[in-house]
Amino acid sequence: MSDPTSPRHALEAIIFAAGGLARAAEIRRALPGLAPARIPDLVAEINEELAREGRPYEIAEVAGGFQFRTRPEYAEVIRAAQPDRKMRLSRPALETLAVIAYRQPLTRAELEEMRSVDCGAVLKGLLERSLLRIVGRRDAPGRPVLYGTSAEFLETFGLRSLRDLPTLRELALADEEEGTASETAQTPREVARAEGANGEPRL
Amino acid sequence: MSQSELEPWTRDESIPERATCAVKLPAFEGPLDLLLHLIRQNEVDISDIPIASIADQYLEYLELMRMVDIDVAAEYLVMAATLAYIKSRMLLPTSEDDDEEGEDPRAELARRLAEFAVFQEVARELGARPLLGRDVFAVEPDPAGVPRKEPALEVSLFQLLEAFRRVLEKLPVEARHHEVTLERVTLQDRMLAIMDRLGADPAQVVLLEELLADGVRTRHLLVMTFLALLELAKMQALRLFQNTTPEGRPFGPVRVRLAVAEDARGAEGEGAHV
Repeated sequence: MSDPTSPRHALEAIIFAAGGLARAAEIRRALPGLAPARIPDLVAEINEELAREGRPYEIAEVAGGFQFRTRPEYAEVIRAAQPDRKMRLSRPALETLAVIAYRQPLTRAELEEMRSVDCGAVLKGLLERSLLRIVGRRDAPGRPVLYGTSAEFLETFGLRSLRDLPTLRELALADEEEGTASETAQTPREVARAEGANGEPRL
Repeated sequence: MSQSELEPWTRDESIPERATCAVKLPAFEGPLDLLLHLIRQNEVDISDIPIASIADQYLEYLELMRMVDIDVAAEYLVMAATLAYIKSRMLLPTSEDDDEEGEDPRAELARRLAEFAVFQEVARELGARPLLGRDVFAVEPDPAGVPRKEPALEVSLFQLLEAFRRVLEKLPVEARHHEVTLERVTLQDRMLAIMDRLGADPAQVVLLEELLADGVRTRHLLVMTFLALLELAKMQALRLFQNTTPEGRPFGPVRVRLAVAEDARGAEGEGAHV
């Protein structure tokens, strides 16, 4: 039975009505009596219920908010119904996003140094799609623009925050375990530096 | 790569140019990507690259790219030079006593390659996640979805004025001064000029700022052009567009196109009425 006094039902209603993303702040404002730490638990309960009933969607925690999303198994049927809703990310786009996600904020020149190719067109496309944003300018000659990832980046990739990104150290270890060469083992300084720089992920 | 493998791509004089385009080369994302591919293909260690052999293969690939008319970008040539330099340094006898560091000439390249490989792997992981708009869908159109039908939007007078101000700023200083000899340009003239410009290709979409700046050298002419644009918009002879961010904030340049072109195409969306 639906019960408006139940925090769980109220929470579900708020997230449902948000359409896009129900921000944590909105939920706190609407439900002052609910401890913020409880929200993920309640969301988990709702998701369990949805899964039990075999619903094709669930609530995901992304980019500092909550969102109803269809399960991946329904991708094909939704794309058939809405052929315009096509999202493609090319390999260059993904690699550019990866570098920026971990090394932000960084300039186009720094990005191109790492990728060894011109990234102008890719950057423009990602900015237009709001996956990247300009976060400032470097205090250096020419005051080059600094790029960073956006909230849309987190939302698109289903990340709660930049902390959810796989750590570079994990990757390095995975490579070694596979025995595919000590590719990354020789650059512990690099990896450590990257992790240090991302110790406090920026949104 | 042996010569026989290169053979199919050498140009056959009997075949007309451009007819030999059915060649499938893996697309490389720059010199590091190509190098990494060669290293993996040769099953060698990044930290111990057989420079001479890898450099030769690298150059063969560049040659292959040229043969199939792929533009070999400058960065590929820079890398070729770097490889040649490392190769030459490897040939020098190493006198370990006077070189305190004794650093491997390949170290810097190895570091860059290793870093590149890590990010390639991260990118693969990111791409494998269930992506909003590709694998999972929310009620709202996904933020990064492309191409969303461009929402037509009411452009406020202030945004038009802002565009006007920016063009005004770009005018040479003398054009901003008062000119005694005024060209008698009428609103009618400018309206016709704009319609002519847009009418040349009814489907074209022109930046508002471009339209304002087009052949306009005096302040008077600019004012008349701007007024003509407003008049035409009011008459609904042309339409003004601007992108919005997912939050609905307008961003990007204001664009203009003929209203008839839109009607003819039966596109949906309301034009902006100012």
